[in-house]
Amino acid sequence: MSHKFYGGVHPAEHKEATERKPVVPLEEAPAQVVIPMSMHVGAPCKPIVAVGDGVKVGQKIGEIAGLGAPIHASVSGKVVAVEPRPHPGGGKMMSVVIENDFQDTPCESIRHREDVDALTSQEIIDIVKEAGITGMGGAGFPTHVKLSGAVGKVDAILINGAECEPYITADHRLMLERGEAVLGGVSFIMKALGLKEATIGIEGNKLDAVEHLKSLLPSGSGIHIETLKTRYPQGAEKQLIQRITGRQVPPGGLPADVGCCVFNVGTAAAIYDAVTECKPLTHRNVTITGGAISRPMNVNAPIGTPIEHLIKMAGGFKTQPQRLLMGGPMMGNPQYDLTSPMMKGTNCILALTKEEAAIEDDAQTCIRCGKCVNACPMHLMPLYMRLYSMKRDWDKVQEYNVMDCMECGSCNYICPARIHLVQTFRMAKFEIRGLQAKQKAKEAAKA
Amino acid sequence: MSEEKKLLGVASSPHVSSPTGTRSLMLDVLIALLPALCAAVYFFGPRALIATVISVVACEFFEWGYRKLLHKPQSNGDLSAAVTGVLLAFVCPVTLPYWTLVIGDLFAIVVVKQLFGGLGKNFLNPALAGRAFLMLSYPVAMTTWVKPGSENWAGLVSAADAVTGATPLSVDYMHSGNLQGLIDSGVDLADMFIGNVGGCIGEVSAVLLLIGGLYLIFRGVIKPHIPVAFIGTVAVLTFLFPQGGSDRLTWMLYELLGGGLFLGAFFMATDYVTSPTSSLGEVIFGIGCGLLTVFIRYFGGYPEGVSYAILIMNVCAWLIDQVCRPSRFGMTKELKEKLKAAKKAAKEGSAS
Repeated sequence: MSHKFYGGVHPAEHKEATERKPVVPLEEAPAQVVIPMSMHVGAPCKPIVAVGDGVKVGQKIGEIAGLGAPIHASVSGKVVAVEPRPHPGGGKMMSVVIENDFQDTPCESIRHREDVDALTSQEIIDIVKEAGITGMGGAGFPTHVKLSGAVGKVDAILINGAECEPYITADHRLMLERGEAVLGGVSFIMKALGLKEATIGIEGNKLDAVEHLKSLLPSGSGIHIETLKTRYPQGAEKQLIQRITGRQVPPGGLPADVGCCVFNVGTAAAIYDAVTECKPLTHRNVTITGGAISRPMNVNAPIGTPIEHLIKMAGGFKTQPQRLLMGGPMMGNPQYDLTSPMMKGTNCILALTKEEAAIEDDAQTCIRCGKCVNACPMHLMPLYMRLYSMKRDWDKVQEYNVMDCMECGSCNYICPARIHLVQTFRMAKFEIRGLQAKQKAKEAAKA
Repeated sequence: MSEEKKLLGVASSPHVSSPTGTRSLMLDVLIALLPALCAAVYFFGPRALIATVISVVACEFFEWGYRKLLHKPQSNGDLSAAVTGVLLAFVCPVTLPYWTLVIGDLFAIVVVKQLFGGLGKNFLNPALAGRAFLMLSYPVAMTTWVKPGSENWAGLVSAADAVTGATPLSVDYMHSGNLQGLIDSGVDLADMFIGNVGGCIGEVSAVLLLIGGLYLIFRGVIKPHIPVAFIGTVAVLTFLFPQGGSDRLTWMLYELLGGGLFLGAFFMATDYVTSPTSSLGEVIFGIGCGLLTVFIRYFGGYPEGVSYAILIMNVCAWLIDQVCRPSRFGMTKELKEKLKAAKKAAKEGSAS
């Protein structure tokens, strides 16, 4: 089955800098890791260690408080601080700071699990929950919540190996080097959801990964691998579902509404480690790249490693970066503090030079070229959304379904007048949410 | 460290942008118009080139002068005025006095474009509105055509001694259904195709305009929707309703290649500012242009309808955009019905 998704853009890929470089462990482990208590969608975790406590790799240090996933120590050593620290998402967040003793003493709970074939669906979900696994593609939704919500409701499992953002190669290398783990994780997901089939979608710029995974596939595994034509934002959940199954997630809805469940290849590999080795999520692949980085590379680093340490390991800055991002150039989060740590969802540290981040500050006038309308994968008309946003006509902006916008940046990228469309829509959504909250409060007061 | 910190810029994503800017789009349009200009010089002589250059300079000058007088930021760099200049020259006969052309430029740039707020705000195609203005003000000069070929080249300073002739679409020939008369006068399909006929400076060579149009489509500057819908509609209508008892296919081909259809379909109707933005809207826009073109050619007083057809559709562009929105992502038929039912129920609930 092959369907198309409408819209999208094809930015320069820039993956060549790191796509052939194997994932290596950090040459030098960080002296300190800063582990924020919020690396997922939902409520921040509650720290369960105190200053002075000794911790081992994989030991639980943050307990769920509401929607979330537990958090584990990524190095062994001593807790030196439990305090708010700069968070990559902006502002400060309660974090556990661990001084590394460079011993990497594993926690006792990490052991090889023998009876993996006998595990039931619920047992797998519990293992995933205890391992603190969150979506590794970026958004960071707790995986066990996704799994337990999907049991019995979905009929299609999609595995996202699209990696459609430019520059990033972390998932590409993962599929090449740990293909067994990815496929093994997928079969555990299938087992947890009680389904016989799953589809891995991989973009055509990673044909070696497609071939490699295909060669590893045991016959009758029920796992299909589909090559997708390279197009951004194919790795976005709704677009991947549309591309592979032809279904469209309703506005404001979830993939489960159309019987789909999407996991990242990194998440699948993490699930494999958690099930077979009882390993919680403590390390992940990160691509350190961009024109301002001396030695672009793929590393496997402990979660909580400060960005400055990662950059040091990659040879430091070659030139002054214009912009330092966590994530890709299209949706990445700009960083202003190099002491911020990498998190569970960090797939890339990207230092763009002035030439690469060629965004002009002064927007020109809209010439109604309609390129944004053609590029929008959510079928919106960005030019009119902006027009009414600038007039602060929020009713009209809503009529143009601004709330459907997922801020993928396609319109902004393609705009020949360099208009800051995504920024405008963020503002509009913020304003509209405020108005809606006010309206609700009014109604509540009336009742 | 703190030094570095200060220098790190923070901004809303995305952090990269496509290399294509307004200026490069306009430059591509100018490049695409070059082949047609070459044909114009070949058939009508160097006066065609001089008129085009004068028109471009005048447009850029009026744009600069207006914005200077009103203390607005200069916008000559985007080259949109140059495109208007070339297009306006292309839709005028080569014998038109230079000063008349400059008046057309003034109207196009100042009245049609800048008074409404400049690039992106005009609701009519400036070049076509300029042509319409000249047609009303100088009808004789705007409809004096010369025969193509070097022996008939118009004088560089005064074009009064040029050998005049009729265009294929004129009252002498096709406007009154007299296709045979045109063929008898020695104009065959090949002449129509390469542009060896009378007409406006830039409209005669269908093949070179087609090459320019394909270049624009290949470069992603325009989408094929409008030109295909426009030319397709004209083709279908003229094939179904040939006039003067002519052969259907021959009549259709002469109608397609005569006049400014290719120039209009590829370069005028696709003008970003004055055309709809969604794909469906573009198709409707193109069909509308095609219908009006044939109606004007068949029933109107003017032998050629392309420019007025596009101008009329320009005014509808906004309306078409409101009606032809892309279907909302995830809004399936069942979901739509559900929402409708819910709305109805809520209405009834509040009414009772």
